[in-house]
Amino acid sequence: MISAFDTFKPHTFVDAFRFMADNPGLMWQKTAEHLQISGEAMGIALLIAIPLGVWLGHIHRGSFISINLANIGRALPSLAVIAIGLGIFGIGQTNVVFALVVLAFPLMLTNAYVAVDNIDPDVVESARGMGMRPHQILLRIELPLALPLIFAGIKTAAVFVVATATLGGIVGGGGLGDIIVNQASYFLKGVVAASIAVAALAFAANFAFALLQRVVTPRPLRKRLRAIEPDVSTGVAEPTTA
Amino acid sequence: MSFEVGPLAASPPVIPNYGGPPGGAHGCIARNGTFCWDWVKGHWGDVLQPRLLEHLELTVIAVGIGFAIAFAAALFAHRQRWFETPFSTFSAFLYTIPSLALFQLLVPFTGLTKLTIEIGLVGYTLLILFRNILEGLRSVPGDVLEAAHGMGLTGRQILLRIELPLAFPAISAGLRIAVVTTISLATVAAYITPLGLGQPIFYGLATDFTTEFVATAALAIALAIVADGLLVLAQRMFTPWARARRRTA
Repeated sequence: MISAFDTFKPHTFVDAFRFMADNPGLMWQKTAEHLQISGEAMGIALLIAIPLGVWLGHIHRGSFISINLANIGRALPSLAVIAIGLGIFGIGQTNVVFALVVLAFPLMLTNAYVAVDNIDPDVVESARGMGMRPHQILLRIELPLALPLIFAGIKTAAVFVVATATLGGIVGGGGLGDIIVNQASYFLKGVVAASIAVAALAFAANFAFALLQRVVTPRPLRKRLRAIEPDVSTGVAEPTTA
Repeated sequence: MSFEVGPLAASPPVIPNYGGPPGGAHGCIARNGTFCWDWVKGHWGDVLQPRLLEHLELTVIAVGIGFAIAFAAALFAHRQRWFETPFSTFSAFLYTIPSLALFQLLVPFTGLTKLTIEIGLVGYTLLILFRNILEGLRSVPGDVLEAAHGMGLTGRQILLRIELPLAFPAISAGLRIAVVTTISLATVAAYITPLGLGQPIFYGLATDFTTEFVATAALAIALAIVADGLLVLAQRMFTPWARARRRTA
């Protein structure tokens, strides 16, 4: 727990940037560790959750697993998972990555499942009426229509994971959390500097997945996408309904 | 001169602040086992239960205030589209500040108080609730709105009778996420102020007494799961049409 607090002055933010400039080695090392921990967790969660969620949604089965079980997973407080993981795995990174996967997996699975499962049955029926095979329906109809919700889950999970990886500092898991939990050594300016780095990483992760979403969304659907999420560069959203 | 180590090692181990172990010098607590049921039984009344109630209080206040703010903002953004970007950017900004740091940053302003925790927790609920409420309102099909207009419903009637009921599943989904997220973040808040279930977790980690942090963590998890389950039941009760539709589908 914290023993002493800095007094917070307006120039603390200036000091924070000065801290980054003065300690580039420390900042890069901790940022790289942070990215590595988050990346491992996101990668594991993505590889399992998205295919599983999309497939379960496609066959409209396993709503119990994909919603209820996933909700149980999502409900787990990360600090509590890390604490229990500490009791099982002992000190180290495995602990933190495990807790982050537990955090990201259900968000992605539930969104992917709901996205595909909730697609207007009339649309799927029309596709079937046109003679599309099940895998064509999945790849050409359901998946493109489900993309906004699937990516909403991925983007939220990315922000969650990057922010929560900070908790690793409590159990010596590395990353920017090491600086944030050590106000005694780095002072409030160091805490602010590391927080800015975490926030920047979270924004970058969100942006990267938004970009990916744009790339994988078929061109005709992009217009609708922009209507749901207004393009920040223009700030203008096209109306969804005429 | 050499010190005798024998008598020191033989003296019964004392669990910090919690007295000697009930199982004796060789019981689970004395061995610092991963999970000692004896400790949970012995300290339910003075450690676990009061912290659980504190935790509930922190969560209810934060989600209540957060929902009021997010709901008002989402309604406004639904009518005035320009408002969405600034508010979601603001709430996303709050969301990206690591919880451990946000609580520390608030301390110079609001001190080591409950207010510090609540401000932080409310800030974290905004993004989830705002996004879900707004998505829910926007997911109402255009032809449904057109039909409502055609029937001569006013804007207020459309909101109360058409949009909000149809947006309810999305709103309650957001509420569930907000509640479990707040329960989770409230454990972290104990890093600053010794309130809620986070306190025994941090205390156990600091004193290296495994049962304390494992048992409290398990209790925090149980709280989150039960809260989530109750919200699901509430959602089912309030949307009988969704179940009816599922049955016919």
